[in-house]
Amino acid sequence: MANKMNKPTMNEDKYAPLLSPWRVKAKISLIFFVILFFLIYSSEQTGVNFADLIWGLSNMGQIFDKLFPLNFDVLGPAFDRLFETLHMAIIASTFSTLIVIPVSLLAAHNITSNWLVYNTTRLTMNVLRTIPDVVLAVIFVGIFGTGVFGGIVALFIFSLGILAKLISETIESIDMQPVEAMRASGANTIQAIAYGVAPQIMPQFTSFSLYVFEINVRASVVIGLVGAGGIGQLLMNQFSFNNYGAVMTIIIVIFAVVILIEYISGKIREAIL
Amino acid sequence: MIEFKDLSLVYPNGHQGLKDVNVKINDGEFVVIVGLSGAGKSTFIRSINRLVTPTEGELKVDDDNILDYKSRGLRDLRTKVGMIFQSYNLVKRNNVFKNVLAGRLGHTGTFRSVFNLFSQDDKALAYESLQRVNIDDKIYSRADQLSGGQQQRVSIARVLTQKPKYILADEPVASLDPPTSHQVMTYLRKINKEDGITTIVNLHFIDMAMEYADRIIGMRSGEVVFDGPVSEVTEETFEEIYGRSIREDDLRGGAEEDGEQNE
Repeated sequence: MANKMNKPTMNEDKYAPLLSPWRVKAKISLIFFVILFFLIYSSEQTGVNFADLIWGLSNMGQIFDKLFPLNFDVLGPAFDRLFETLHMAIIASTFSTLIVIPVSLLAAHNITSNWLVYNTTRLTMNVLRTIPDVVLAVIFVGIFGTGVFGGIVALFIFSLGILAKLISETIESIDMQPVEAMRASGANTIQAIAYGVAPQIMPQFTSFSLYVFEINVRASVVIGLVGAGGIGQLLMNQFSFNNYGAVMTIIIVIFAVVILIEYISGKIREAIL
Repeated sequence: MIEFKDLSLVYPNGHQGLKDVNVKINDGEFVVIVGLSGAGKSTFIRSINRLVTPTEGELKVDDDNILDYKSRGLRDLRTKVGMIFQSYNLVKRNNVFKNVLAGRLGHTGTFRSVFNLFSQDDKALAYESLQRVNIDDKIYSRADQLSGGQQQRVSIARVLTQKPKYILADEPVASLDPPTSHQVMTYLRKINKEDGITTIVNLHFIDMAMEYADRIIGMRSGEVVFDGPVSEVTEETFEEIYGRSIREDDLRGGAEEDGEQNE
């Protein structure tokens, strides 16, 4: 209404076209109402409403009262377990970045011409990626028992799925011309990959590996909650003893370290790309 | 010696790339293939190192039918047949020297090459090749920092490092301006004369073909419609090959020293 001047009208001389055709506008409006409908319908079905949010906020005060004062006695074990968490993340990230090299080559259609191999690898990786990290942790803690090892295996599988997708897509987007030149000069497949493919994906490969390491640090905290070792497990223990001061100390430690790692790794990735 | 015997190639989509081609290319010749785009020039050249595989007939390189080759034979064939491309096909993120050393891959074992363990001789050869095309001052520049003409010279150095018996060049000057085009052709010609490497070049510029070739092969819709020494070629020959009169854009122009060659 306010912009009446900008609207095209029949009796003006100039014809000012719409930004997009009316069919597109109609589609966008329809999509908006469909989303609105699902939003209202879902909150109806789950019985969630804004009033709950307001009521819940009053409990926050109680929790905060319990979380303080901080319990610094837990700092020692907290750092011990935090390093355990970091070790888990480092081991899992290293192995997944190594294993992902052949896997992502097999899952790239410009490298793997065999239809069956390509699709099998893709499908396997897609299936792996649909499993949440916590579920993987529950499975491998079940297999290997409580502790670090199950956690490492869970993180390895989890990051392999992510890396395989990111890196195989990077490989598929490279310039194939140098690879053709190498095949034409008598290079075999491995040589063509080492000289034609590797240099082209190296920056992304390094960046994604660091990114997966960041994800692994965070995920290793979470999977610790289900008994897969590391600081998450300590957090869970203190929580079950209602040791809220210690819980808060641990949370602050995790927070500081995760931010520090993400900052450093972010800077490195910036420098590479 | 390269010998095409009744060679035909039909692409999977039914397009006839080559049709009953009978050509014999002798050692040391500098042959230019001319024709409109789509005439089969690229298919002709790419058959020789089996980047495409002809469907009928025989193609002999050094008296051996290369159509029978499997992986090992193919690698050996490609090691002795170097190739130069229209878009240079360098690894853009790698430096010039690494790109040139890649020419040795066919001569180097997998393990050694993956860990960059090239011999001193290989490195010396690569550097010498750079010097021959006057680009040794760019040895550690990244390939994508060079101009088109410089990149094509690096790709010539890469082929030289390969120590091939034959050089195939698929439209090597199509992406370059006239002066640079002449420079690149002059290097190819010089290498052909000095090293006696048989050279086969695809061109669609008539004046350049006349200036640099010993022998011209004309192609139209997959068939060889002319084959003879450059002295026998006239403007009518090109009109016959192209199936139409000659136009301005069939000429590259800009030859530095000896000017008008296309009469």
